[in-house]
Amino acid sequence: MGLNSKTLWLGWTLFLAILLVIVALFSLGVGAVHIPLQKVLLSLTTGRGTPEYAILFAVRLPRILLGLAVGGGLAIAGVVLQGMFRNPLVEPYTLGISGGAALGVAVNIVAGGPAGIGLFSLPLSGFLGAVGIISLVYLLGTRGGTVKLSRLLLIGVMVSFIASSLIMLIMAMTRTEDLHGIIFWIMGSLQEPNSSFIGAILCISLGGLIAALIFSVDLNALSLGEEEAFYLGVRVERLKKVLFLLASFITGCCVSVTGIIGFVGLVVPHVMRLLVGGDHRILIPTSYLAGAIFLILCDTLARVVMAPVELPVGVITGLVGGSIFIYALSRKGASF
Amino acid sequence: MGRPMLEIKGLSCGYGKRIVLHGVSFQIKRGEFVGIIGPNGSGKTTLLRAIDGLLHPSEGTIFLEGRRIHQMARRSLAQKVAVVTQSPEAAPPFSIEEFVLLGRIPHWGRFQLLETEGDLTIAEQAMVLTGIASLQERRMGELSGGERQLAFLARALAQEPRLLLLDEPTAHLDIGHQVQIMDLLRQLNREQSLTIAVVLHDLTLAGLYCERLILLHRGRLRKIGPPQRVLMKGVIEEVYQTRVRVMQTPGMGRSIILPIAGNGS
Repeated sequence: MGLNSKTLWLGWTLFLAILLVIVALFSLGVGAVHIPLQKVLLSLTTGRGTPEYAILFAVRLPRILLGLAVGGGLAIAGVVLQGMFRNPLVEPYTLGISGGAALGVAVNIVAGGPAGIGLFSLPLSGFLGAVGIISLVYLLGTRGGTVKLSRLLLIGVMVSFIASSLIMLIMAMTRTEDLHGIIFWIMGSLQEPNSSFIGAILCISLGGLIAALIFSVDLNALSLGEEEAFYLGVRVERLKKVLFLLASFITGCCVSVTGIIGFVGLVVPHVMRLLVGGDHRILIPTSYLAGAIFLILCDTLARVVMAPVELPVGVITGLVGGSIFIYALSRKGASF
Repeated sequence: MGRPMLEIKGLSCGYGKRIVLHGVSFQIKRGEFVGIIGPNGSGKTTLLRAIDGLLHPSEGTIFLEGRRIHQMARRSLAQKVAVVTQSPEAAPPFSIEEFVLLGRIPHWGRFQLLETEGDLTIAEQAMVLTGIASLQERRMGELSGGERQLAFLARALAQEPRLLLLDEPTAHLDIGHQVQIMDLLRQLNREQSLTIAVVLHDLTLAGLYCERLILLHRGRLRKIGPPQRVLMKGVIEEVYQTRVRVMQTPGMGRSIILPIAGNGS
């Protein structure tokens, strides 16, 4: 990690940051109404009051910001969990968080939900569902104050199955209108009418990035194994708890606002690991940027491919993400 | 002379309810080169794990330079004690240099993310000392068994420990690499007065390099002292349940332990 790799780190970060800006500008321009780049830039700097301004600021920019927050958040949750479990198949949803959130929402839709809080109702029930499942998995996964990672993983997978079975049960017994609501939510979307949610999720996601960076050195030590990390002075038991709660909290918040958007948390960390290596100090920031780019791009595709019909963004992330991943694996030099 | 580097008093410890070590007591002085020997399952690895705080003693106390290790912060213990574990896990995703630099972590602040020039110099020295400086760009997964062991040793040295613990560092190595590792340990011990405690299975090798041997048997301290006093036919035959010949090298006064083929009892 001499001078060379520091330059390389800076290079990757700058490259991805610039790419993010380009993708965001592109995404601002395309859609049902095409706005050329000059007009986008003009509206961003001066043009309050024009019709383009309204489209850009009321419709497209919030989606882009939400895509940044959720794409980045899910990606670093994936990096943290894969690093902690030292298992490349773990992703933010493996531990049952998505199942819990979906269950919360399904129950809310079917039971009618608490009236009066309107817009907040679905995200709140999703968040409560996620928190409930996280607590359950955590309680069942720890024994006598120590976190057994394999146990935690198995419990998470089992709880996921139980949650999805319960959702299917609810769906089988529900009315058609409600069914549509549940399916729509489960497929995930970056359309979020409430701008205060977007602000909140952006803060949480950026805060999560900083927190994950602080633990990046410990994650490096942990990639040697728990005993080795312990001998390097890392308080392993405390670290595992903090990382689990951190990743779960970020994921729970993302899921409760956007619904279940799969694949970002699995694929982005993998691709970045192939590109920048296994050092979490660079893996975390680059994965955040790449996750944001990936989700904004996928959402843009979802909006324009079959316009005016909007595809569920989860469909695009799965199709695009899966293809990219297979390509990355079949390249020469891939380590799998 | 001051306080001993390590003092263990009446140590009993194990895994959950299964107690592996029973009332072990001994001292290691500063700058000593001590070998820990004993049959499989006699508690050697458990002893190392207790010394570096991974296992909590059910009874007894461990003092490092006069301080109870369980009252020390993890980080400050890792600044003083480094461990080279037995057959470490699958290849970590790092280059040799990145790997050795991980040894600097105990000396970093909570919010430190980047290594300093000083860290780089120390890691460089550790790689030069272990003779792997020319490999520093290689990935950990590309190393041979001998090079791998040297990389783990280099990482431990980068910790700048006062006490170095090693768990069978010569296992799975050919005779040339065994001697290379043991010579290196002796050099570190003599030139940098690093205190070393090493678990060894090869009794002849242990007798050749160590100033004192600690013989464990069924979780108890069976014998402690200079190699000639520990590596005695009667003791070895009893503890290892096999017949051996013990010969003295002419001049050097070192013991060679030769198992007698076909006579395992």
